[in-house]
Amino acid sequence: MEQLLAQLAILVIAAFLGFELISRVPNLLHTPLMSATNAIHGVILVGGMIALAASDDVFTQIVGFVAVFFGALNVVGGFWVTNRMLGMFRPPVPKVKKRKR
Amino acid sequence: MQVATFLAYLLAAALFIVGIRRLRKPETARSGNTIAGVGMAIALITTLFVIEFESLLLIGIATLLGAVLGAVSAQRVPMTAMPQMVAAYNGVGGGAAALIALSEFYHLQTGGEENIVASITVPLTILIGTVSFMGSIVAFLKLQELAFSGSVVFPLQQVINAVLFVGILVLAANAILDGSILPFLSPVASVVGILAASALLGVLLVIPIGGADMPIVISLLNAFTGIAAAASGFVLNNYILIIGGIIVGASGTILTRQMSSALGRPLRKIIFAGLAATGTGPSGGG
Repeated sequence: MEQLLAQLAILVIAAFLGFELISRVPNLLHTPLMSATNAIHGVILVGGMIALAASDDVFTQIVGFVAVFFGALNVVGGFWVTNRMLGMFRPPVPKVKKRKR
Repeated sequence: MQVATFLAYLLAAALFIVGIRRLRKPETARSGNTIAGVGMAIALITTLFVIEFESLLLIGIATLLGAVLGAVSAQRVPMTAMPQMVAAYNGVGGGAAALIALSEFYHLQTGGEENIVASITVPLTILIGTVSFMGSIVAFLKLQELAFSGSVVFPLQQVINAVLFVGILVLAANAILDGSILPFLSPVASVVGILAASALLGVLLVIPIGGADMPIVISLLNAFTGIAAAASGFVLNNYILIIGGIIVGASGTILTRQMSSALGRPLRKIIFAGLAATGTGPSGGG
């Protein structure tokens, strides 16, 4: 019970923090911010790992495997695509940065 | 051990916040993305230390497959196709949240443990995660011009949405109360039913919205996935999922509002596009 209350407190405070964080952002950054926060909720991969590790039969193993696959796709694709997007922001240096693999 | 895990998760959460803060200015945006990525790496590595050792092989294979596909697709996508790619990554995140909740519910049912918090948050996670998953797929198909172009509306659409939503609520109550409302349906079957109904709902909610409004819809679905991740944090009792998820859920909601006002397309009009578009022409086909 005590743990649940602590979690609820964290939930509420973090929600307000999230609201405050994105107040008045230049329009230019809307899409990169969407993309970056998209990558951050890839933290769901943590949950996928825990679920797959706890699986003890074929059903939960398959479900957990797909969840980890999805989560990893979310994290890597999300951060990578955001980085490419932000690479376009600096006119003097995009050539060097774009070629990086 | 517990303390170390908690502190590492806290550090990861702090890095997420610093990262988002730096993303608010063009000059620091790129480093912000990197900092958030470091936070993610810390959260993931910490998790590897708390899980069973034998499962690392399967986790490694699944992670590698996802990471390679993510890197290749992110590198190859043309700049003009960025929004649908973000939709795709967002969708799989929501799908992952739904699958985690499904797996955990099955685990609790077969293991015979009582966990009231989990049984309430499982249907919630599956609902939001699956709507985000299917909605993102529809958004992807629309922007890629593969299907559902323009505003797809049909008679009784709103009624069907409402019926689906009520059905999900009944199934959720049945799952939480151990099958006492619909005795012929086991809790696990009800949860699978929630998954199916939410998938259909996700499709029906997004198909009436025109392609021009898709970036705003993707932003909204992004917030949805964040909330699903936070809900799954309650299912799994995991702090980083709660914090990381709700920060995205909250900031994504505000971002959606800012985007819609910057583009001059009121949010309410977009969301209820299908509800009002029976007689008038499509508001934003394209």
